[in-house]
This record gives sequence, structure tokens and C-alpha cells, in this order.
Amino acid sequence: MAKTFSIRRQRGFTAIAMTCFFALYLPIAVLVFYSFNAGDSLASFNGISLRWFTKAFQNQQVIDASIRSLQIASFAAVVATIAATMAALATTRTEPYRGLTLKYAFINQPLMIPEIVTAVALLIFFARVKIWTGYSGLGYLIAAHTAFCIPFAYLPIRARLENMDLTLEKAAADLYATPWNAFRYVTLPLLWPGILAGFMLAFVISLDDVVITEFVKSAGQDTLPTYMLGQIRRSITPEMNAISTLFLLLSVCVVTVFFIVNRKRV
Amino acid sequence: MAELNAVEIRQVSKIFGFGEFAFAAVDNTSVSIRQNEFFTLLGPSGCGKTTLLRLIAGFEYPTSGEIMLNGEDIAAMPPFKRPINTVFQSYALFPHMTVAENIGFGLAMLGKPKPEIKDRVDAMLKLVRMEALAGRRTSQISGGQQQRVALARALAPQPKVLLLDEPLSALDYKLRKDMQIELKRLQAETGITFIFVTHDQEEALTMSDRIAVMSSGKILQVGNPREIYDAPADRFVADFIGETNFLKGWISSVRNGIADVDTPVAGRISATMPQDFHAEGEVTVVLRPEHATLCAPDQSIVSQMTGKLENVVYFGTDTHYHVRLSDGETLFTLREQNKPLQSARFNQGDTVGIALEANAARVLRN
Repeated sequence: MAKTFSIRRQRGFTAIAMTCFFALYLPIAVLVFYSFNAGDSLASFNGISLRWFTKAFQNQQVIDASIRSLQIASFAAVVATIAATMAALATTRTEPYRGLTLKYAFINQPLMIPEIVTAVALLIFFARVKIWTGYSGLGYLIAAHTAFCIPFAYLPIRARLENMDLTLEKAAADLYATPWNAFRYVTLPLLWPGILAGFMLAFVISLDDVVITEFVKSAGQDTLPTYMLGQIRRSITPEMNAISTLFLLLSVCVVTVFFIVNRKRV
Repeated sequence: MAELNAVEIRQVSKIFGFGEFAFAAVDNTSVSIRQNEFFTLLGPSGCGKTTLLRLIAGFEYPTSGEIMLNGEDIAAMPPFKRPINTVFQSYALFPHMTVAENIGFGLAMLGKPKPEIKDRVDAMLKLVRMEALAGRRTSQISGGQQQRVALARALAPQPKVLLLDEPLSALDYKLRKDMQIELKRLQAETGITFIFVTHDQEEALTMSDRIAVMSSGKILQVGNPREIYDAPADRFVADFIGETNFLKGWISSVRNGIADVDTPVAGRISATMPQDFHAEGEVTVVLRPEHATLCAPDQSIVSQMTGKLENVVYFGTDTHYHVRLSDGETLFTLREQNKPLQSARFNQGDTVGIALEANAARVLRN
């Protein structure tokens, strides 16, 4: 009766797995469920309605914050993805050399440094810059988001490049492709899914950020998450549930689109 | 005017690293490769053969020296400007392109018009017998087929020289044999100079017009397969190509290029000498295992070699015998072809004599 070891068949494993899934998804399910509440309270459910969604869509502050969030996330994700792509190319498309590990560490450091430290540092730094330049627009938020998005964009791009044979570019060069043509016709088409993954990840991370945004933003520069935080401090209404549900929907859409595009490319 | 050499390597060195870590992968090497030749660079891994190939391809630049292609120095030219193509060990086919797109890539990069590319790709597909698979992705074809695509892709732009970097090492035995014949056919049909890198001495002997044996960044001997095998230039070449027995001895006299060598284990044997060789005193004599046969200990007329049969290894086509010679140290290997339904003439532990064929022994340059 010798069976090979499989963790799936261990006693109690199913129970543990189910507990974990419940802990993860039950609160979210409750949140989504209550966003359709017809009543005013979070405590009692009074029938299904879309009134809180309508209310959210009519709230000018929510609309402004959403647009601001999308603007920042789009800009930051684009710039971060370009920077990350170049960094990934420079760190993987060569023979390993001395100091490469140090470079990885430098590129990934925003993942290691506590976000609150970055936030405080940026607050102080940008305060100075604001005095010198007099500029107080969205640029600071975009710059800050770009900075912390780079490592997130970098990881999937680098992973993709590491699985790519270094000889491919050599083969292209051998077949009369100039360095630019080798990149254009060989590296880029193969790298594309990685770049897309990096962009999506950076976009979602930027959209979601609270800590750094809260510190860096000027008055009237609320993004959707910081606006929600502000509202919840005052009173919790089902409108927040509705906004969260929409937020969740957007994230799920982005991830789904990514999976579909990626599958086609493989 | 004599015909220009296809490729001429003139005193080329390639040094990696700096200071005390400096290491010469190719060490002041010169060699000429003729037009339409199947030329093989043979040597153990790390001998510099692949570096030399990469220098010719342009993936590395020499630290010093000249690389001439049809009389033009290309040492400083980037790879995409050299009319030289490579078949890579890993094939390096572009996974996002079809077989036909892979083959047409070089021509497309040269800016050839589309109809011309199509004709040429069709001709190449026919040459490597892959017409049916033109539209397939490279991930959907077998290793042997990928090998053919890699060949077709490298041949399509009609390079002056084709470089092959151990292209057969990933194939299984049967397929490798087929591809060896295929490569010879392609070389004959296209008339392109092939420079082939391998560590497999059998592959080198069967395919090449000429072979260069390399070790530690230097070329030790250049010659046709027969010269390399029968008249190895030194101990390394003799040892690397085929199995070899080495015996120590002293030259007692030389007549008409044949030397009488006194050996402690085999008495006096006559051995052929390299040309212009004037050594006296201690020399090394090489003997190939297939040029000796076993006999009863008292029947060895030509030499007085006797020993104890330590090991008998049956190989199907032939049997290998390992004999511990009378000095108790030297292990002599010999090989006899098997005859039908013949049982072993000698058994392990027997005391045997070793008879040498005429001209079997050769004196080595030290």
C-alpha cells in the first residue's frame, strides 16, 4: 500500500485550505453583497438596489478622485514600464559581470524599504522642491508613483528575459540585423507579454496606493483610495462598499485582459 | 596569383580578464582555411575552438592579430556586416516566427525584395527537405528538423563562410550519423566553406577535408584526417585522436626514415619517424590498439612484449584487451576485430604476447 507522498492527501489539509480561502474571500464577499443594499445601514440588509452605485456616480468628488487616480496610474505605469524595460535589458542581456547583484538590489530596493520611510522622505524632499519651483501640480504624485512602480514592472519583464536564450540576439546579428533591428524584430516581440504584465502590475499598484499618496499629495489632490480613507474616517456608508466593488471589478478586468492577451501570445 | 584563402587567421590572440586573472582563450594562433573546404576545429572543451569561431563570426573581437576574409581584414567588423553565418549549438531559432520566416530573416535584414526572399526560402526548404513544414512554428518541430531549419537559415543569405558550433551534439546517435552525411552533401552542393567545431574526434575524422587540433588556445596540428591519425604531431594529438599506447624508448639507429628504438618493455622495435626529425636519446613511441594482436607468449617474433591479460571488453564489432606489460606498470590496449562465432582466444589472467604489425610504431616529436 505504498503511496507516493502528496500534501493533498494529508489529513486536515482540505480543512486548512478552506479556512484560508474563507478568511480571504468572505470579507470581500460581504462587502460586495452589502454594496447592493437598499437600506442606509451596514448592519441590516433591506433588499437589493443599485442606489449606492448611482450615488457614487453622481458624487463629483468621487469622479474627480477617480479621474486623478487613473491619470496618475496611467502616467506612472507608462514611465515605470519604459524604465523597467531598459533596466531589465541592461541587467539580463549581457554575460554576468561584477556588480550585477548590487544592481538588482538597487533596482528592487523600493520593495525592501518600508513604504512609510519613502513617504516621509518624499514629503520632505518635495516640500523643498515646491518652494524652489513654485510648482504644485500632479507631477509630484506621478513622480512618486513612477518611482515605486519601477520594481513591480521590472520583475515580470526580467523574468521573461531570463527565460530568453541570449543566443537569439547573436543569431539576429549574425543574420545581418543591426542592433536596433535585432531589438525590433527579435527581442521586443518576444518580450512583449512581459512588458504588458509589468505595465498592468505597475498600473494596479499605483491605483491602489495610499501611504505614499497620502504624504505627497497637496490639498485637493485626493486619489480614490485617499478619498475613501477620508470618508471612512467620518462615517461608513454603503457608498464606500459600492466604490470598493467597482474598484474590485476594474482590477479583475485588468488581470483578466492580461491573462487573455498573454495566453494568445504563448 | 594563387587563390585567396577563404579565411586567414594571423597571429590572433584573445585574452579574457585582466592582470593576474588574464587568460588567453586563443593564444597567438595562425591558420589558413581554403576555399570550399570542410575545415574542422577539434579539441577538448575549453581549448579555445569556440572562441576562435566566435572571433570569426564577430561575437568577440581579437585582442591582437588579423582575421582575413577573402583577403580583407574583418577583425574589427561587427557581426551583422560580415558575410559569414553561424549554425548555433542551441540552434537559436526565433520562437515567434514560422520555419519560413526564420529562414528568410537574414535576407529580410539585407533588404532583399519580398519575391526574391520567397524564392530563396523555397529553394532552401527544398535543399534541407523541409517543404511540408514551412508554416510551422519552430516549437512544433523535432530536434532534427530544428537542426535543418538552423542550417537553411544560415545558408539562405549565401554566406562566404558557414560556421558550425557543435551543431550535432544535441542529436541522438542515429540522427547524428544522418546529419553528418547531410552536412557533407550540403557543403558539396553549395560550395560554401564550412568551419566546423567539435570535440568529437570521430565526427572530425569522418567529415573533414582538413582538421586543426587545438589545446590551450593553440593549434597543435593541421592536416587531413589520415595525417592527423597516422602521423600525430605530438603526444596531445596522439592521445586525443583515438586510443593510443605510449612507450618510452631510446633511438639506437636510424635508416631511411625508420628508427630502431630500444624500449625497456618491448625490446627493440622499428618505428617510422616524422620528417626532418633528428632526435637522439629518449623518445616516445606511439602504437595504435588496432595495429597489434595477441599471441601466445613465446610466439611474439617482432617484439618481445609480454604481459598479463587484465581485462577483456566485448564491443560487438571488436574486442578490447588490456594487457599489463612485464614492467608491471604500462597498461597496453589492443583491439581485435571479431570474427563470426569465434570464442575468446584468451581469457583474463592469461599470460600473452603482443605481436605488432609492420610500421605500427611511430616516433613522436616531443
